[in-house]
Amino acid sequence: MTIEIKKTAEETTIELAGRLDTTTAPDLDKIINEDIADAENLVFDFKQLVYISSAGLRVLLGAQKKMQKLGSMKVTNVCTEIMDVFEMTGFSDILTIE
Amino acid sequence: MTKKTFSAKIDTLPEVLGFVERTIELYDCPIRVQTAICVAIEEVFVNIAYYAYGDGDGNMELGISFDEKSHAIIFRIIDNGIPFDPLKKPDPNITLSAEEREIGGLGILIAKKTMDEINYAYENNKNILTMIKKI
Repeated sequence: MTIEIKKTAEETTIELAGRLDTTTAPDLDKIINEDIADAENLVFDFKQLVYISSAGLRVLLGAQKKMQKLGSMKVTNVCTEIMDVFEMTGFSDILTIE
Repeated sequence: MTKKTFSAKIDTLPEVLGFVERTIELYDCPIRVQTAICVAIEEVFVNIAYYAYGDGDGNMELGISFDEKSHAIIFRIIDNGIPFDPLKKPDPNITLSAEEREIGGLGILIAKKTMDEINYAYENNKNILTMIKKI
């Protein structure tokens, strides 16, 4: 998985490509909690992300809990395969997906 | 049945999923279903890697076959670790808000929702999980 961070005055965007699974989720978790710990409006761009497992959901849930207190969070460009996982687990109801 | 044995360690995950993808591709499985199957296998494998052998080392054997009659892929996952029936655990409440949510149990829930059938047995000191997916 590759992770790219883009910052503007309004928001911090995390562009993910590849697979967010048990082996790669800790990298994303570290970036959210260390590198961009001060972000107020967080956007996940999933345009090139093709896969997510519960390890990825765990990181997204942690980010959602944190951003609810600090500002906002949304997930964009979600593919069908990942939306399937969001729907199975009720994450489609707790995340802002655009 | 196509069979392969893997070291039950998280680092082995890409190898496990590579084997699953290569094998189920032969059954003309649509990409959307392939991905769902890989997520389900990851969840089961990760559980074994984390919990089956405590601090020790062990293996997981994965067998994959196709039943022409029911047009279903059958996965058989075997480990020699501590007896553990993943189906016994109650499903997490997925209607709670983000704040109230806990992450535990989601992996097995994903596997249950993806597969058409999952059965667990403990035989000859082995955990045997059979998962069936119609395609």
